Amino acid sequence: MTRTALGAQVADDWWTRIVDFSDYGALLGLVQNSLVAAAVLGVVGGLVGVFVMQRDLAFAVHGISELSFAGAAAALLLSLDVMLGAVLGSVVAAVVIGLLGSRARDRNSVIGVLMPFGLGLGVLFLALYPGRAANKFGLLTGQVVAVDSTRLSLFLVIAALVVAALAVMWRPLTFASVDPDVAAARGVPTRALGLAFMLLLGLAVALAVQVVGALLVLSLLITPAAAATRVSASPVVVPVLSVVFAVTSAVGGILLALGGSVPISPYVTTISFLIYVVCRLVGRARTRRGWARRAAPATA
Amino acid sequence: MSGSPLELTGARLAYGERVVWSDLDLTLRPGEFLTVLGPNGSGKTSLLRAVLGLAPLDGGRLTILGRPPRRGSRAVGYIPQQRLVDPSTPVRARDLVRLGLDGDRWGLGRRSTRARVDALLAAVGASAYADVPLGMLSGGEQQRVRIAQALGTEPALLLCDEPLLSLDLRHQHEVTALIDAMRRERGTAVVFVTHEINPVLPYTDRVLYLAPAGHAVGAPDEVLTSGRLTALYGTPVDVLRSHGRVVIVGGDDEHHHVEEADA
Repeated sequence: MTRTALGAQVADDWWTRIVDFSDYGALLGLVQNSLVAAAVLGVVGGLVGVFVMQRDLAFAVHGISELSFAGAAAALLLSLDVMLGAVLGSVVAAVVIGLLGSRARDRNSVIGVLMPFGLGLGVLFLALYPGRAANKFGLLTGQVVAVDSTRLSLFLVIAALVVAALAVMWRPLTFASVDPDVAAARGVPTRALGLAFMLLLGLAVALAVQVVGALLVLSLLITPAAAATRVSASPVVVPVLSVVFAVTSAVGGILLALGGSVPISPYVTTISFLIYVVCRLVGRARTRRGWARRAAPATA
Repeated sequence: MSGSPLELTGARLAYGERVVWSDLDLTLRPGEFLTVLGPNGSGKTSLLRAVLGLAPLDGGRLTILGRPPRRGSRAVGYIPQQRLVDPSTPVRARDLVRLGLDGDRWGLGRRSTRARVDALLAAVGASAYADVPLGMLSGGEQQRVRIAQALGTEPALLLCDEPLLSLDLRHQHEVTALIDAMRRERGTAVVFVTHEINPVLPYTDRVLYLAPAGHAVGAPDEVLTSGRLTALYGTPVDVLRSHGRVVIVGGDDEHHHVEEADA
């Protein structure tokens, strides 16, 4: 075999590992649970992301996901439910960050301290875990069939809880996030709302860890909302777009991942990244044309 | 329900052992413009916090329309300092005004407030940029929107916490003139905390000067004199007047006012 032919074959293998749509129908049935989980995660991630952007919590999301990973790894080692471990890890992290870091600068240093500690713990637990390596890797980078039907119901309950709580505190949380001084003056319990949101964020991260893995949580909790705020400032359009983007990334990622043998996350992250790039370009064109378009000559 | 928009009787504030002010008596008339002056740490912001019901006094009485202060009272409007808003924050001018109306309520909120928000924005001359993201507005425009927000609950008392800070001179005058017009139109009493006396001097009915060695309440001409301020600071202070402007030399505030005089 010539060198070029060999090269072509390697490239071909490499390509079929990423996209191969033979037996697609049969595969689709196998991942039904994962598709439901991905769609629901899209809704949760898209909504939570709006407040993550408003409250400047991107780094906190990353920190919480590492602790969530540590919790999941501990659960794996102790033969407990991995989802419960992930939830416990991220809720503890979220509460610690919420309590110690009410100001952005404090918060970032708290996260910077917690994050490597969590990651280190997780690595330790995985090293001690005697089981299959695929389980270990899946916690960090996600796995397409991670969600079986017993786990799916817990997943759905947590997701419903997060969405319901967000709906109840939507307005005061928005007020406290974008205009904290006046919100406090108007009697909004800004600190309690901040803590409550950290709890919800912790739960959302634990869900995302199940689908895309701890390292790539940001692609569903931040990128969609960041993309949405590039093209709109409306309090209705931004959350709707953010949810649409997140669901498209998560579900689309799984549908594409079925046709290959690499993990789901590269597909999810690539779709969500592409959406962001497009939104940025659209937003830039809009700003250049004058997003700040005014009805009449400004009087102020 | 009637009564003064703000009444203080023997009010006292202390940080631990240190008494910041005490025996403060003050009764505001509806529509009155009170300018609060004083160096940093003289308890200006704490006074506002007490009126907002966010921090209690250490003694004396404080009432708003005859009632004790309460967190989130709709009788009190609040205009903070202009803050830097990230241009990508998904909040338009009209959203900020709306939050002032119903942002303290739980749930998603379906009741339409659009007509009310439009009316408020029109009243402050901000209709042209109602749909522009807040972060893309100039400092003066942002403060106009904040005035609309603060007036949303039709308050009897408007608290302004250094709303002119970081605005240029032209916008300082525009914003103060607008606040003055609103209080005349609506009979809202104004408590205006500021470092810059001159932009508010033409509108000020009374001055509350909080200083290290006491406080003084009265018309600007009575309070802003070398004798009164020297007594209040306990160190020599000169009050100079030129072309209708006041420059205070000495005291802890020297820097600000000299700078203002140069502008």
